[in-house]
Amino acid sequence: MTREGLRALLSHWRRNPLQAFTLVAGLALATALWSGVQAINAEARASYDAAAATLGEGRFAQIVDSDGGEIPMDTFVELRRSGWLASPVIEGRLNGVRIVGLDPLTAPGGLGPVNLDSGTEVGTFLGGEGQVFGQTEALDAIGDLGPERVADPDVAPMTVVTDISVARELLGRDGANRLILSPDQPMGRPELSEIAPGLSLRPAQGGTDVARLTDSFHLNLTAFGFLSFAVGLFIVHGAIGLAFEQRRPMVRTLRAVGMPLNRLVWLMAVELLGISLLAGLIGVALGYVIAAALLPDVAATLSGLYGAQVSGTLELRPVWWLAGLGISVLGTAAASTAALRDIARMPILASARPRAWAMRQAGGRWLRIGGAAGLVALAAVLVAVTEGLAPSFAALGALLVGAALALPLVLDACLALAARGARSAQAEWFWADTRQQLPGLSLALMALLLAMAANVGVSTMVSSFRLTFTGFLDQRLAAELYVTAEDEAQAERITEVLSPEVRAILPVQWVERDVAGLPAEIYGNRDDATYRENWVFLEAREGAWETVFAGEGAVINEQLYRRAGLSLGDEIAVGPGTRLPVVGVVGDYGNPIGQVIVAEPLFQRLYPEVTAQRYGLRTDRPQEIRDLLREDLGLPEGQIVDQSSIKAFSLQVFERTFTVTGALNVLTLTVAGFAILMSLLTLAALRLPQLAPVWALGLTRKRLGGLEMIRAVMLALLTTLAALPLGLALAWILLARVNVAAFGWRLPMYLFPADYAVLAGFAVLAATLAALWPARRLARTPPGELLKVFSNER
Amino acid sequence: MLRVEGVEKSYPGAEGPVPVLRGVDLALARGETLALTGESGSGKSTLLHLTGGLETPDAGRILIGDENVGTLSDRGRARLRRETVGVIFQQFNLIPSLDVASNIAFQARLAGRHDPERTRELAEGLGLSPHLAKYPEQLSGGQQQRVAIARALAARPALVLADEPTGNLDETTAETVLAAMLTLVRESGAALLMVTHSDRLASAMERRLHLEKGVIA
Repeated sequence: MTREGLRALLSHWRRNPLQAFTLVAGLALATALWSGVQAINAEARASYDAAAATLGEGRFAQIVDSDGGEIPMDTFVELRRSGWLASPVIEGRLNGVRIVGLDPLTAPGGLGPVNLDSGTEVGTFLGGEGQVFGQTEALDAIGDLGPERVADPDVAPMTVVTDISVARELLGRDGANRLILSPDQPMGRPELSEIAPGLSLRPAQGGTDVARLTDSFHLNLTAFGFLSFAVGLFIVHGAIGLAFEQRRPMVRTLRAVGMPLNRLVWLMAVELLGISLLAGLIGVALGYVIAAALLPDVAATLSGLYGAQVSGTLELRPVWWLAGLGISVLGTAAASTAALRDIARMPILASARPRAWAMRQAGGRWLRIGGAAGLVALAAVLVAVTEGLAPSFAALGALLVGAALALPLVLDACLALAARGARSAQAEWFWADTRQQLPGLSLALMALLLAMAANVGVSTMVSSFRLTFTGFLDQRLAAELYVTAEDEAQAERITEVLSPEVRAILPVQWVERDVAGLPAEIYGNRDDATYRENWVFLEAREGAWETVFAGEGAVINEQLYRRAGLSLGDEIAVGPGTRLPVVGVVGDYGNPIGQVIVAEPLFQRLYPEVTAQRYGLRTDRPQEIRDLLREDLGLPEGQIVDQSSIKAFSLQVFERTFTVTGALNVLTLTVAGFAILMSLLTLAALRLPQLAPVWALGLTRKRLGGLEMIRAVMLALLTTLAALPLGLALAWILLARVNVAAFGWRLPMYLFPADYAVLAGFAVLAATLAALWPARRLARTPPGELLKVFSNER
Repeated sequence: MLRVEGVEKSYPGAEGPVPVLRGVDLALARGETLALTGESGSGKSTLLHLTGGLETPDAGRILIGDENVGTLSDRGRARLRRETVGVIFQQFNLIPSLDVASNIAFQARLAGRHDPERTRELAEGLGLSPHLAKYPEQLSGGQQQRVAIARALAARPALVLADEPTGNLDETTAETVLAAMLTLVRESGAALLMVTHSDRLASAMERRLHLEKGVIA
């Protein structure tokens, strides 16, 4: 009996391959976008974990210099003698690669991912020129510096691990950046402040620094993946609902000939499980392709925005496959519960005629109004009274779902209004028929609304960001030329030769150190009108630059200002024993860490070891200066960059950063277009009984096909119009709430009417293409098919 | 074979329950054919549905063999429909996604009584042999009803219930279908209870009962 029942149920899909395709494709697309995003997140997290294992970040308590400086080795020795089980770590960058020097004999985590299991190897590691461990990419980038290079895939991307003595030599450092503490410290050891008053203890954290920093980015991606998944589920829900409705006669017959109801429901559940597993497999495979295509851009984004290194290649992880299949099954369950419940409750002698499947959805009008209003109000309250990433995303979710629920009501009201103006019988029928079709199309239109709103919202955010970023580059890259010296001698010569030739020479010099507990760069800027004329403060005290150049204040970037919760007037440590009040805050987009600007003389006093080797040149004769640098000073072309090249490069980095968002946008819109196509195609089969009488009364099939087209395009256009304000609200939340929590900066919002018009054009085009096939099919329906409507029930 | 004793059935209406059957009694022996006639709304289809276990009576007993249909569970009634009863509907109720051969064999397969030879005989007897690979939508109304008859008889049921089996067919087709149905039912030895409002069709049965306002007149 089970076999026969299953055979009968499955025969429906065989006879309706388009419906089967809709279901499998919808589910596969939903799973693909979701699992693609999850794969990217998993890969990034694996890289962070590798980094944590390499650097000991977060896992162990640490001792750091209170002012962010180095810890002398003598202090380390003193701490060890007094009983502190500490181990020094030296870090720095060389040729774009992070060098991590550890002491394998005292480090609590050993050498992290590097496995030294024999004395001989430890000997090689410690003795002679030593060894550096890293992934091939990092080893290639670092070049041949002397130590033996050993490939190790477990080391974090673009990082090499080596012995502390090798790292000291490579980086030219004496002191340690930090000391890692073993979890088991002996009792009775003296207080840290007694031995080293300038040092402070940083407790172990649950996660790695970089993982916490990038959580917001991954939450963003997850939200996008979930949105795509939700859009895909609209298709699945529609396909399952329609399939079940079309099978009502079959269910009645099966029960009439003796198939018990619970067996039938059970078989349908098994059938759906099989379909969801098949679609899940296809979806996970597609998701892998999407993830593999997007991962290099994600890696670039994470590196650009957070300085986090993520491997650019994807690994196949079993957990990810299982999660993909799981989400496919769960999605099917969510989309089919109502349909299965309907079947389970259907009286055996209920009408077998597919009752305007869609009309059922018209029920609960007041419930929908209440739900929509409640969710939009919730979103407004969340935005008004809360801050942070999670409430912002909750507000976004409530707003989107509320708007989707309201859409059919809004469209119905628009159509009712239009119907009032109808004069001819045909127009009256058209509006009435369109209203009747609305419930059947509402799921697809909701999907389109969400996809369009996401597009408008995200493109507004990205374009606002781009505009702000371009303005920011104009401020920051005010110098006409930038030149980099090879060494100090060349730097001196450049200064000497150029001084009489240019309006100003602006040295670019900085050190990396912790400020207010956060990683930051401290810059020593020369007193020049360039800063006063070009840089725009987000907040500042009167005469901020004068205070800075007098050595009595510091300007900081927005990230540091927000993340450290600073206010104007708060003092920050800018060097050993020197604290300055914050006198101004500047926007600093695309930079992952904090920035502090102090006067050049103060900087030189605090950091005498740092000499500028890069300069910005203010000149009205950039080409002549360029020639002079090249011909008289013999500088190669690569050391001289003009302003436009740097801007172009920066914008290129920016564009790459948002490639992922753009790609997900396009994919979501594609899924929504697919939802409309499938809804129209599947509804077309149910349309014949409604259209046949109109045909019999004198409308040609061609005319009917044309009206079907107009209907689809009109509904898509109305949905697009509704998506515009929703998308702008979305953009505002992204810019004013999500970005602040995620990146540390708030951007002004700009409007881009031309972009929205293009987007609306795409939506209408998608709807036209989607409607073309069903309309054409209708226009070509043989009269015999239409006549069948009058001859019997089926 | 079939005994209906004091069966009552009401349906909810706007102004309280509307009685449809008000104490119906009838009996049908194995191999016997009975026509149940009556005006629209007289309760004849309801009686047929109750007999087939598609609905349950409010009062009274319906015995098929020794089994009281009214006291059977949902699962028990499903087994009864599968193994003991063959139902022929006015609207054919074929499975649109299965071909004719599969439709005919379907109930017999469910009941675990599939006999390919029997299916072939029925198809031949009903003139369906050339159409076995076709789907229901490719058949005329008369052909579809013949498939429904073949399906009902393929499982060799003890009782065949037919609800206006020719109601959707033209007169000539109706004659042919009815003749084929009677021949096959008689050959199988099953009892036949047919609901119809046509005197002419009823006269082809061995017995006839007239239902009027929910009682046997």
